[in-house]
Amino acid sequence: MDATAIAPNPSRSLHRFANPGRFLRLSGRFLAPLAWTGAILTVIGLGWGLFFSPADWQQGDAVRIMYVHVPTAWLASAGYMGLAVCAVFSLVWRHPLADLAAAEIGPVGAGVTALCLATGSLWGKPTWGAWWVWDARLTSMLVLFFLYLGQIALVRAFDDPERGHRAGAILALVGVIDLPIIKFSVDWWNTLHQASTITLTSAPSMYVGMLWPLLISALGFSLGFAAIVTARLRAAVMERRLRGLLMARAQAGA
Amino acid sequence: MTRKRRRMLVLAVSAVCLGSAAALMMSAFSSSMELFIAPADLAAHAPRPGRVFRIGGLVEAGSLKRTETGGHPSATFRVTDNVASVKVTYTGILPDLFREGQGIVALGTLRPDGHFAASEVLAKHDATYMPKDVVDALKKSGEWNPASGPPPPASTWNTLSPAQKKS
Repeated sequence: MDATAIAPNPSRSLHRFANPGRFLRLSGRFLAPLAWTGAILTVIGLGWGLFFSPADWQQGDAVRIMYVHVPTAWLASAGYMGLAVCAVFSLVWRHPLADLAAAEIGPVGAGVTALCLATGSLWGKPTWGAWWVWDARLTSMLVLFFLYLGQIALVRAFDDPERGHRAGAILALVGVIDLPIIKFSVDWWNTLHQASTITLTSAPSMYVGMLWPLLISALGFSLGFAAIVTARLRAAVMERRLRGLLMARAQAGA
Repeated sequence: MTRKRRRMLVLAVSAVCLGSAAALMMSAFSSSMELFIAPADLAAHAPRPGRVFRIGGLVEAGSLKRTETGGHPSATFRVTDNVASVKVTYTGILPDLFREGQGIVALGTLRPDGHFAASEVLAKHDATYMPKDVVDALKKSGEWNPASGPPPPASTWNTLSPAQKKS
């Protein structure tokens, strides 16, 4: 029942990091610095963005919603990618840690996706003139939110947690198809949502005084996301261990 | 080992099947994924008269006329995609970002005389973010007139120091 008991042979390179005991030791060391760096960068990025960066010539101060909207949008996709990677590890190698990680990423990812949709709606009204339109970008992002909700519900829907993790992993992998749709929706189809400002092929069409706080804020949000998921995952591993110990004691006592 | 291989194979095959199914579906539904029609496509895919649809494009420079009908603000302007353009009429409050040269999306119907009667006009913000003084500097030096089209390449202005430009 103890999670370490079913951990694979530690000599295999990939499996070494899936050992829950090793994970607890390593993450215990990294969690505090991770959380602090994330918090400090978020404060710097948001402080700079909200109070010191220039306003946009057309949008005025409404542009400052960007410093929350864009990092959460990136994280919503990145978090789902993390979910998919966990799903592959869970389905192919049956890593118990990947199952737990997927279950813990889900709610946090759904949270940032909700934040992205909410800030986007608040931004849309003063700039576009509409809270919501059914264009390809907005709709595919809403689909991502529902995928997160489905995964959260499915993982917890079975009496046997193993089956829940398996079903959740399959849903997570099927949903990956939405990620390229989100990314390229603004290039493939006519949308009200703008195309990408920051691309690999050309200079970002954003003034540097706005770009820096945005990037710092995005990094801060990402580290914060990682810290929250790590903390949740540590709690989940410890909870599973505790349940194992209690079970063993109950059996010994009986 | 073989079991893991088999699971990996199953995943890979499912990914290929699912990916191609999704690609086929999207190419089949591609036209319904479009939010709006460009003026140039209006002739080719002319929707039935009276059908409500969206057109999108840039507000043509020099075409905007603001008037008042029955105490309500109204406007006529042309929407262009630099190939074709169509006249749009609208009664109501235009979004703050509405201006000549701006991308817009209008919901409405095509009238028999060929003009588009809009019931809703939304401003489409493009992918550029500039502070006011940078825009002023670009206007002053004649590098960009916002009414006439998109801004110059980002590398020419995204690190521009407006104070330095003025001198």
